[in-house]
Amino acid sequence: MISLGQLVFQVEYAMKAVENSSTAIGIRCKDGVVFGVEKLILSKLYEQGSNKRIFNVDRHVGMAVAGLLADARSLSEVAREEASNFRSNYGHNIPLKYLSERVAMYVHAYTLYSAVRPFGCSFILGSYDQDDGPQLYMVDPSGISFGYWGCAIGKAKQAAKTEIEKLQMKDMTCRELVKEVAKIIYIVHDEVKDKAFELELSWVGEVTNGKHELVPKDIRVEAEKYAKVCTTTTSLLHGISVTWVQNNSTFKVFFPHFMVTN
Amino acid sequence: MAAYMSAGRSANAFSTHDFVPEWAQEEVSTGTTIMAVEFDGGVVIGADSRTTTGAYIANRVTDKLTPIHDHIFCCRSGSAADTQAVADAVTYQLGFHSIELDEPPLVQTAANLFQQMCYRYREELMAGIIVAGWDKRRGGQVYTVPMGGMIVRQPVSVGGSGSSYIYGFMDSNYKPGMTKEECLHFCTQALALAMERDGSSGGVARLAAITEEGLERRVVLGHQLPKFSNT
Repeated sequence: MISLGQLVFQVEYAMKAVENSSTAIGIRCKDGVVFGVEKLILSKLYEQGSNKRIFNVDRHVGMAVAGLLADARSLSEVAREEASNFRSNYGHNIPLKYLSERVAMYVHAYTLYSAVRPFGCSFILGSYDQDDGPQLYMVDPSGISFGYWGCAIGKAKQAAKTEIEKLQMKDMTCRELVKEVAKIIYIVHDEVKDKAFELELSWVGEVTNGKHELVPKDIRVEAEKYAKVCTTTTSLLHGISVTWVQNNSTFKVFFPHFMVTN
Repeated sequence: MAAYMSAGRSANAFSTHDFVPEWAQEEVSTGTTIMAVEFDGGVVIGADSRTTTGAYIANRVTDKLTPIHDHIFCCRSGSAADTQAVADAVTYQLGFHSIELDEPPLVQTAANLFQQMCYRYREELMAGIIVAGWDKRRGGQVYTVPMGGMIVRQPVSVGGSGSSYIYGFMDSNYKPGMTKEECLHFCTQALALAMERDGSSGGVARLAAITEEGLERRVVLGHQLPKFSNT
C-alpha cells in the first residue's frame, strides 16, 4: 500500500537520520579497501576506542556505519549470520556482491510494512579475497546496494565525495590510501560545530592477508600526523598566497607549505 | 536387510518369501567403477555402465556420469536410487544458488552440497560420489565424497566396488601434468582393468572431458576396451 508517499516518507526520514550522523567513508584501491570514520566524542568520560562504528562481518569483510547505531548493530548481526550461513552451506567465503544484496533485501523488507519502521542507518561493506580482489558496496535505508570505488555517508558526505573524487585510487596501495582517508576525514570534520573527534581506521587487503582489522596504532598515528599537516596547510593557504624569503640577499618566492611547522 | 554389494548374501536359495524371487528383493545397486582425473584446463571423468539387482544386470548401458550444472558432473556409485535422489536435490540447489549469485557455480560449492546431504543422512544413504568439473576460479577440480560424508579434493580419484582392483594401477600410472588425451587413455585403461575383475562392473566405458569450452563425451564399447591378458 503506497498511500501517496506515506511509506516513502519514512524511508526519506530514515535517510535524514543518516545525514545527521558523523561521516564515514570507504575507498577501494588496487590491493584492498580502507574505511575511515569520524567518531564524534560526545563526552570526555568515553573510553578511548569504545562505541565502535566499524564492525567485522566475516574474516574478510568489514562494515562501516552511519546513522542510528542501534539499527546498525542489529544489521551487522544480520550480515554476520548471512556470511556464516553461506559458508556453512556452500563451503567458501561469501562474495561481497551477494552479501550486500542479501542484507539490502533485508533492509528493504522493513520498508514494505507499516507495522515496522525502516532501518535508520546506511553502511559500507568492504572485502578482499584472492579471487575477486577488493570489493566495496554501500547499502542505504531504502534497501538498494551499489558497488563503488569510493563512497561516503553521513553529514559531510558531499564534501567527502568531492575529496574522494580527486584521488586516483585504482593506482594506490592500501598503505598510501590510509593516509589519504585520514586526511579526508580531517578535512571534512567541522571544527566549529563538532568539537573533538576520534578517527577510527580499518583496512582489509593484501597488506593484512585478507583479514579485516583496525589499522595498527603506529600506522594510524602516522596517518593522523599526515592528515593534520595537510589540513593545517589548507587553513594557512587561505590566509597567505605568496611569501617572500630572503636567502643570500636574493629574494625568492616559495610556496607556503614549506613554512608550516607542526 | 537386503544385501547391496552382492557379497554376504544369505545362503538359502529358497527363502521364506517364495512369492518374490530373491534377486527381486535385492537393492538396485550401481556396484561400479567410477573415476575422475584433473588436468590443466579441466577434468576427465569415467564410469562403467552396469546396474545390478543382485546378480541380475538391470541395465547394461547405464549412464553414471550425471550433469549437475553446465561444467560440473558427478560420478555415482552405491545405491542407484539414493544417488539419483541426492544428485537431483543438489542439481536443484546449485541451480538456484547460481541464479542468485548471477555467475556459474564453483565445483567446490557443488561438492560441499553433496557432502552436506551425504553426511546428514549418512545412516540412511548408501552413496559414494565423485564430484568433478571446471570453474573459472580454480580450473579443473575433483572432489571425492565417499560413503559417510567426508570430502577431500584429489588430483585423481577412483570409487565404487571395482575401484579396489585398480588402486595399484592408479598409483603407478598417474603422473601430474598429463594432457586431456593422456587422461582419457589413463581412464580407459583403468576402467577396463576394473571391469575385467569386478563382477559388479562391466558393459561399456563411458568417459567425459569437461573444460571451459564445454563437454565432450565418449563411449568405449566392450570389444574396443583394451585387453591386458590373453586369457
